[in-house]
Amino acid sequence: MILSAADIGAIWLTLKLATTVTILLLIIGTPIAWWLARTQSWLKGPVAAIVALPLVLPPTVLGFYLLIAMGPHGFIGELTQNLGLGTLPFTFWGLVFASIIYSMPFVVQPLQNAMEALGERPLEVAATLRAGPVDRFFSIVLPLAKPGFITASILGFAHTVGEFGVILMIGGNIPDETRVVSVQVYDHVESLEYAQAHSLSALLLIFSFVVLLTLYWSQRKTASVGVMK
Amino acid sequence: MKLMIPLCLMLAAAFIVIPTQADTAHIAVASNFTGAMKELINVFEESSTHKVKASYGSSGKIYAQIKHGAPFQLFFSADQAKPLALYQQGLTTEKPFTYAFGALALWSSHADFQHNELDRLQSNDFNKLSFANPKLAPYGIAAREVLENLNLIQASQKKWVQGENIAQAYQFVGSGNADLGFVALSQVKNKASYWLVPSKLYSPIRQDAVLLSAGSSISSGKNKAASAFLHFIHSEQSQAIIESFGYTAKRKLLEDTGAIQ
Repeated sequence: MILSAADIGAIWLTLKLATTVTILLLIIGTPIAWWLARTQSWLKGPVAAIVALPLVLPPTVLGFYLLIAMGPHGFIGELTQNLGLGTLPFTFWGLVFASIIYSMPFVVQPLQNAMEALGERPLEVAATLRAGPVDRFFSIVLPLAKPGFITASILGFAHTVGEFGVILMIGGNIPDETRVVSVQVYDHVESLEYAQAHSLSALLLIFSFVVLLTLYWSQRKTASVGVMK
Repeated sequence: MKLMIPLCLMLAAAFIVIPTQADTAHIAVASNFTGAMKELINVFEESSTHKVKASYGSSGKIYAQIKHGAPFQLFFSADQAKPLALYQQGLTTEKPFTYAFGALALWSSHADFQHNELDRLQSNDFNKLSFANPKLAPYGIAAREVLENLNLIQASQKKWVQGENIAQAYQFVGSGNADLGFVALSQVKNKASYWLVPSKLYSPIRQDAVLLSAGSSISSGKNKAASAFLHFIHSEQSQAIIESFGYTAKRKLLEDTGAIQ
């Protein structure tokens, strides 16, 4: 294994990015998933479609629009400038913002599925026991939808680690700020440093395998628990 | 039986077509040269029976593909290193040659930067400075050399943003996210304002091309198209086209150095 200081910096940055994004996505994604799981509104279709867009769009399209939208003349850029935050491209928080959009379906969809599987019954029972909506959410929905939250966290984290195209478009390759592992691998390959590229790639491969293995094991466990009940 | 006759006819037709002169060369071209190459191919195909099919991409990716057996007959790289490496590994039929010299320009898409790009750079009066990653692109190496020669490395370092290639360096400036950027002259030749960096501030950006052995080994026909195109690239006519896209052709550069001496 040949890992340079820049490689290690990229690994740390990637873990920091993925952790930040996962936490924020659980906070943002939960109410969206809850609404999508419960609502009868005609808006359900359009909102679900917008959330799922990153599944379909090439990352370059997303990255290109984000670069323009977050730029000084874009609507997000004008908003952040008015708030005194400057513009987002080439910053860590720019990557966080882009990653939240990019990984949104991987968090919202498992949550929504888990919440839909709950059904009305447990909530109605809780309501007859005078549990308020907030109480019902924290004491009924959260524990019962736990497998969904685990899946959502793992997928959100892993998908952010694997992000490349969007970051390439808006990152600007700044060490310890926007140069994540996938970009570092790309740089190694492009500059014919195949040995370094191998080390980092192998690391990513093992990481992805372990993450997915954990995911499937945890799913099997919860499934068997469900059967035992 | 009914089907056999048309089938035979089609097969016969296929065999009749092959021996004619029209061959197709498959070439791989560094993306910074896309515009110029499209024009070169247009002009070439007007006067030749041969066809040229070009694939555009980053030199690093093309290099990796050729090493792993990609069926290209000619490779137009953005640098010298990659054609040379292929030559040293015996994957080419002859030595690489320089088909174009890149020129560097300092450019901004903001109106209040027009005609004072250099002043802004020297007084550190900008938000970000974009250029291609020196590790990946010869235009990036050149940009770094310019900053070194202007003694601006220290002052500007915190404001650097790097594109993976010269197209991305341009995009960062074009989208307004970076105030200033070192880009290729070929990208901004038609813009109202840019600072053409004096060539003495950076070592020449030599873009080399090489004829690949894959071309000669597959069939002599493909090789014919490739060498015809190669011959065309060396002509006065194509050198003029290359210059019109913001590159310095070899001929011109030799004259320049001659004039300086």
